[in-house]
Amino acid sequence: MSDTTRKPPATDRFGVIGVPRRRVDGRAKVTGQTRFADDLALPRMLHARLLRSPVPHARIRRIRTARARKHPGVQLVLTGKDLPNEFGILPVSQDEEPLCSEHVRYVGDPVAAVIARDELTAFEALDLIDVDYEPLRTYATPEDSLGHPEPRIHDYGEEGNIHKRAAFDFGDVDAALAEADEVLEDLFFYEGNTHLPMEQHAALAAVDADGKLTLWSSTQTPHYVHRALARVLELPAAHIRVIACPNGGGFGGKSDIFNHEMVVAKAALLLDRPVKICLTREEVFYAHRGRHPVLMRMKTGFKRDGSITGMQLETLVDGGGYGSYGVASLLYTGALQTVTYHVPRYRFRGCRVFTNKPPCGPKRGHGTPQPRFGQEIQLDKAAERLRLDPAELRLRIVEQPDTLTANWLRIGTIGLAECIRRVVEVSDWNDRFRKLPEGRGVGLACGSYLCGAGLPIYWNKLPQSGVQLRLDRSGEVTVFCGATEIGQGSDDVLVGIVAEVLGIDPFDVRCVTGDTGLTPVDLGSYSSRVTLMMGNAAIQAAERARELIASAVAEQLELPVSRIGFGGRRVFDVENAERGMDWREAVGLAEERHGTLGTVGSYTAPRPAARFKGGGVGPSPAYSYTAAVVEVEVDTSTGWISVPRVWIAHDIGRALNPTLVRGQVEGSVYMGLGEALMEEQAYRRLPPKLSGALVHKFPSMLEYKSLTTHDMPEVVTELIEDPEPNGPFGAKEVGQGPLLPIMPAVANAVYDAVGVRIDEVPITPDKVLKALDDKAKGGPGRYGPARFPEVEWPEAMQVPPPWEDGDGKAVNDPERKRAAKLAKVL
Amino acid sequence: MKNLIEIGGKHRAHVALRINGEAVEVAFDTYKTLLEVLREDLGLTGTKHGCELGECGACAVLLDGEPVLSCLTLGVECAGREVCTVEGLAADGRLHPLQEALADLGGAQCGYCTPAILVTAQALLSRVAAPSREQIKEALSGVLCRCTGYQQIFESVEEAVTRMARSPGRREGVEA
Repeated sequence: MSDTTRKPPATDRFGVIGVPRRRVDGRAKVTGQTRFADDLALPRMLHARLLRSPVPHARIRRIRTARARKHPGVQLVLTGKDLPNEFGILPVSQDEEPLCSEHVRYVGDPVAAVIARDELTAFEALDLIDVDYEPLRTYATPEDSLGHPEPRIHDYGEEGNIHKRAAFDFGDVDAALAEADEVLEDLFFYEGNTHLPMEQHAALAAVDADGKLTLWSSTQTPHYVHRALARVLELPAAHIRVIACPNGGGFGGKSDIFNHEMVVAKAALLLDRPVKICLTREEVFYAHRGRHPVLMRMKTGFKRDGSITGMQLETLVDGGGYGSYGVASLLYTGALQTVTYHVPRYRFRGCRVFTNKPPCGPKRGHGTPQPRFGQEIQLDKAAERLRLDPAELRLRIVEQPDTLTANWLRIGTIGLAECIRRVVEVSDWNDRFRKLPEGRGVGLACGSYLCGAGLPIYWNKLPQSGVQLRLDRSGEVTVFCGATEIGQGSDDVLVGIVAEVLGIDPFDVRCVTGDTGLTPVDLGSYSSRVTLMMGNAAIQAAERARELIASAVAEQLELPVSRIGFGGRRVFDVENAERGMDWREAVGLAEERHGTLGTVGSYTAPRPAARFKGGGVGPSPAYSYTAAVVEVEVDTSTGWISVPRVWIAHDIGRALNPTLVRGQVEGSVYMGLGEALMEEQAYRRLPPKLSGALVHKFPSMLEYKSLTTHDMPEVVTELIEDPEPNGPFGAKEVGQGPLLPIMPAVANAVYDAVGVRIDEVPITPDKVLKALDDKAKGGPGRYGPARFPEVEWPEAMQVPPPWEDGDGKAVNDPERKRAAKLAKVL
Repeated sequence: MKNLIEIGGKHRAHVALRINGEAVEVAFDTYKTLLEVLREDLGLTGTKHGCELGECGACAVLLDGEPVLSCLTLGVECAGREVCTVEGLAADGRLHPLQEALADLGGAQCGYCTPAILVTAQALLSRVAAPSREQIKEALSGVLCRCTGYQQIFESVEEAVTRMARSPGRREGVEA
């Protein structure tokens, strides 16, 4: 266990924590002074634009750039050969080139870059580059990719166009299903969608006066960009500085490493001038890394009392053209089924394939919303079959706190039952469910999410978050941390915690974040890790500063250190608050006694209980829980669904700043409704006379539908506070978890309203009408996938659950066996 | 007021207008949108862009008091006119009540759509002193926000209305 793991404080009374207040960066946001990457401009700055492939899959025969180079105002044209080193966010998927040299894998894959005096000139010059493509077979769907091993989209991966497969057995699931009174088997499909951050990705690179490189970027993960730049540019990492500008929305879409970041960095080095790029909105759809489309087959056994005997899940994951986070995304489609309800035996099979579409990656909920959608709809169906109320069924099977799951995830606090009870109460569930008039309905669903991935992306034993504090005689406190502000309020969490521990006002603290040249490493804003990991590191740094000050003040007041208290910008005798001094004087005393003041704190997550290969995806220091009830109105003549109200209860552990927590919950509801009802990253074929290419159906904000003010329902948010021992002041995550129940709750509500099952998202009017039509003709009234293609699953890793004498290790080693077999063949 | 200057066969516009109450003269390539003139030629980067196609609303500014999409407005169209951006909302060293309320109540998360929300809401409040929730929704429906789910934005506007009603002098000060 980490030395920063701590019990939550005994008191519930805080000065800063738990008090709704203005975020520390609030003023900057409302005055337009927050400097996003594209707001930056430097003297002598040039502008870059990328030439992107118009074909989905091809070999590049030749690129001619001479005409573009001669275009007036053009300073530089780069192609793949100028940047030969590959990169990728995961060590196992180093499969991206800054500019494609020989092979393009989707419409939008970058092949060349022009750097010019202004954007317009660069844009004009793109037209002067000739690329000769030799078209290859286009893989539009996972079935295509499974069915045709050649030509390969990548020459790595398992075989053919299969990127990665996973197979785990946690106990004998066949026996478990045989013991069940009811077995439900369902197919679900979750269409891909994208983050659609309001800010288009931008990056600016410049060479400092001393010859070192600085990159400003709209990135959620400056640390990983830093590592990738060193590799791609073959420069010492110590000569590169990456500054994450505040992100104008991230949602996971800026947590990857991007071509354009590499390109402007290289161009700045070659030209010794600042180079900026800002992607167009269309390009943001190609940069993507959004939700993977996932086809699922889910089979679950239930006893008559509702208890689950076992569960089997297969997922077919459409990865798009590159690896990205995909291996992790794949494992996440199978990781969190066990943390909400007790599943004594569990089998998972997952397969990620490459297709010729923009690469998928992590979007809010990363790999878990898709199976959660299936699981929560299936529970709704099971409740009906078992003649149980869906809320009652869930309450019967909620997982216990402080347990290990079948797949070896260690759960601490679990506020799920309380979340369910609360939404049932505030939504008048018992008076509404199955009781509303035809066309109106309510649906309930739950979810859970990580509070930070237990393991870093690349293997190491280093801290996952570091915080540094400096204080001086002026009373000023500056906090440094590599964490990245993407709108979620990470700066506010950091400053709020420091201010709480030191008894000062958050606005007294200066905050420097997301700068690899100045701030200690934090792995970035992803996997809902910031509050828990950075928060614990901040507590440690602040407590160390507090000790330094307390000892100096104790000496001055001739009191034992234990009697020194902090609060209201004062340091004082807790038994006689009059006796003491103001903050500035106290810091001055500490500087006099200890010398220049600075402290550090760091956090490393507890070691996962899972000790099998693949068990590194899923473990977290804590899990948040959510339950939601969605009300819908369905127009049976048009299929149109409107959502008047959502009630949602979230197990937050402790709300550090309730205003921001509520904002994250409501924002999750909003994004969940978009995924449920309208958002889709869909593709189509151009007509044959226009090349027949596989293109994005609508790479624009007008056609990619998202909720406007008119579509957003009233949201009633309830926060369940049951402090989590591993969380800072007991806090858990809130940025991602509350999204998870929304999509299945909508589907369940549609069933309650009009009696049809839509087993896929988005739940659009045409699908509702088809299901209604099917029902009218005497069919089951279902719209959803009809088949799951044949996948050749590898031998499963056998990992006995904790209650079957397991020790967290696999009892077989299929990977090693496969390698041995291969060695014999060779 | 509006001049076209020809340099080497390319036309540049020379335009005089008022921005946030201040008389400004600026020269720029004639194809430039108001968005580009504000951000690139005048250094007013508070106004944002999310699509530059008139789809997202992030670039909204007030032109003679009315909300317009600055990405669809040519700079040359603005000669002699009054433009208000987020930089012009605060007055006398004090934030506008809308700014205060959005900062206090979670109305701004990433802050990217916030400038557009603010000027659009300001235009609404100059027409309707105490708008209903429906009127607020209608006025802001052209600005997309991906963070908040809008609810805290609506509440912030309503809170600003309440605060302005409590101290009406403040509001006049802003509009002056």
